[in-house]
Amino acid sequence: MHHLTEPRPVEGKFLTPTVIALIIIVLNGLVWLVIRFLFGIGAVANLTDQYPWGILKGVNVAAGVALAAGGFTTAALTHIFHKEYFHDIIRPALLLAFLGYMFAGMSVVIDLGRFYQFWHPLVFWNGNSVLFEVAICVMAYVTVLGIEFMPIVCERFIGRVNLKGVLSIFNRPIDLLLRYSDRILDKTLFFFIITGVVLSCLHQSSLGALMMLAGQKVHPLWQSPISPLMFLLSAIAVGFPMVIMQTIITEKSLDLKPSTNILANLGKYVGPLLGIYLASKIGDLVIRETFVYLTSFSVASVMWTIEILFGVIIPLRMFFWDKVLTSRPLLLTASLLLIMGVFLNRFNVFITAYKPLYTETPYWPALGEISISLGLVALQILLFRAFIFIFPVMSQPIKHLRTKTKYAIRGVIR
Amino acid sequence: MSSQSRREFLKTAGLIGAGAAGLKPKNAQAAPKKVVADDRMGVLIDTTVCIGCRRCEYACKIAHDLPTEPEESYNDRSVFETMRRPDESALTVVNEYPPAHNPNLPTNVKVQCMHCDHPACVSACIVGAFSKEENGSVIWDESLCIGCRYCMVACPFQIPANEYYRALQPEIRKCDFCFERTKEGLIPACVDICPVEALTYGKRFELIKLARKKIESNPQRYIDHIYGQFEAGGTSWMYLAGQEFTNLGLPALTNEPAPGATESLQHAIFAYFIPPALLFSLLGGIMWINRKADEAEE
Repeated sequence: MHHLTEPRPVEGKFLTPTVIALIIIVLNGLVWLVIRFLFGIGAVANLTDQYPWGILKGVNVAAGVALAAGGFTTAALTHIFHKEYFHDIIRPALLLAFLGYMFAGMSVVIDLGRFYQFWHPLVFWNGNSVLFEVAICVMAYVTVLGIEFMPIVCERFIGRVNLKGVLSIFNRPIDLLLRYSDRILDKTLFFFIITGVVLSCLHQSSLGALMMLAGQKVHPLWQSPISPLMFLLSAIAVGFPMVIMQTIITEKSLDLKPSTNILANLGKYVGPLLGIYLASKIGDLVIRETFVYLTSFSVASVMWTIEILFGVIIPLRMFFWDKVLTSRPLLLTASLLLIMGVFLNRFNVFITAYKPLYTETPYWPALGEISISLGLVALQILLFRAFIFIFPVMSQPIKHLRTKTKYAIRGVIR
Repeated sequence: MSSQSRREFLKTAGLIGAGAAGLKPKNAQAAPKKVVADDRMGVLIDTTVCIGCRRCEYACKIAHDLPTEPEESYNDRSVFETMRRPDESALTVVNEYPPAHNPNLPTNVKVQCMHCDHPACVSACIVGAFSKEENGSVIWDESLCIGCRYCMVACPFQIPANEYYRALQPEIRKCDFCFERTKEGLIPACVDICPVEALTYGKRFELIKLARKKIESNPQRYIDHIYGQFEAGGTSWMYLAGQEFTNLGLPALTNEPAPGATESLQHAIFAYFIPPALLFSLLGGIMWINRKADEAEE
């Protein structure tokens, strides 16, 4: 098979007005972060004994992990189901997942009362705890993603390690280390790829079991015994749209050659996957007869309707429509709707649906936690941009003719 | 196919798989079933006896080294105008509710941790900082806690409180059934101080017998329900009242243990690590077949 594209670091201007705006958002978050570490999480977040979890958990962790699902769905599609046609999107999807999970983890640490003891779950185990399972799987998966990213680092720096001054004595050892790990990874990477997919299935579903423990404190519309399954199905459904959204925006922002065909073909998978998710949602609604809660006008019923109508049903119809798949603006719209739908689902399960027994005042996020939450997202986008400037992540048309190339399991052209 | 042969692929997969299989089951198997001691202790709260003097609040603060106003200040009954919840500065509080029969006798209800037989907090805690002790108390281990507050999400009685405004070593605070006192043979501070014996400390099964006898011998005074005997799978602290417990700020719960289906679900998914291993093999198989097909094509 001949490929006309190869991953290369992108070129162009790093600083744009959008980037500067993002930097400001990050700095604002940083200020609030200092306050949080000096005066406790209560100083920046509207958390009470009634509402122990806010948006740092509900949005940055729960929704963040779901929206990072593009990594494992793409890995499964390209490596396990061996659809090499899509190899151009492997690396951006991998980077998306890696950063997504790093930042979900960071958000957890910021939210922890005793943040400096974040490593305790590695040593002190409670096998009964769903949260423990999520934590271990997520930590393991971040490690796996880091390992999966290593070949890209090797490709970029083998033979090019060039530290200046005193550090230059390390040039050779680092280069040897890179070569060595590249050789090892070449033989073992398939193991990490499968492990990554297994770990993802486990913790994506376990995230759905988290709020089951809250019992009747979670609104019946979302408190379902098949919540773990629905979390997994929605994560799988939102994986490709995240990659599509990310690719379209990156290509537009950096003026890269649009990869419309790949995205259109990727979009074909979304409809059926989303259909399965919708079926589970509707089936759950009918079997548990929770539709009675939709007949009354309340925050819960309105949020549920928005989530399902705009976040699932409309994008479902759109993804089954050829015109949408081939039109970039429409494809982006459909993807954004679905992303919003899954985001809203996590938000609803963790925030909207949570009604403590003795509500004093309903939870509404404080300026501080909103700032930190946005700052984390902005920093993530900035890092993504920085990474694609430094590492060969985005596939671009080959500049010069090269000898016939093959690529290994990870889709590396050499 | 890359430089790696299929044979190597299988060899490495087998080796790593065997390594993983050898490591995991030991740690991943179900934790021993929570054994609840038969003669665990409990407290029976008779809300028809309680006069709302709030001396239990005072004694609790003294016993737990929490800052407190002088004892006389607890005579102030104006605090009953709003419903209060235990928090980081008070592990137990007394509330007042409209009377059932006699309009001059409001019902006072002491609130604290119920010390469930199957506690949701113990199940939830990511590091196992909560434990159900043999004497019935559910206690929190300061040295393990990471401050994730999942216990607060899980608790069906909404009891644990957190120190949100401490940057270092914030504590999860809740009634510990005076674990330190009972270890030395003393009785819980609130039971000790109660001037009207609204609180009875004793073995849980004896307290249930006592409560039954009270209800039977005085059916006008009590409704026929011991709150906590079965709620959330049973609790060490139990209530008697002259009116429905839902009128007294106690949640209407099912008799299912609070951890619900999550523990069995979790253990089913991780049973001896077989399901994840199966998924791994399945995916590995699909990958191998697809690569083989691709190789044949070339």
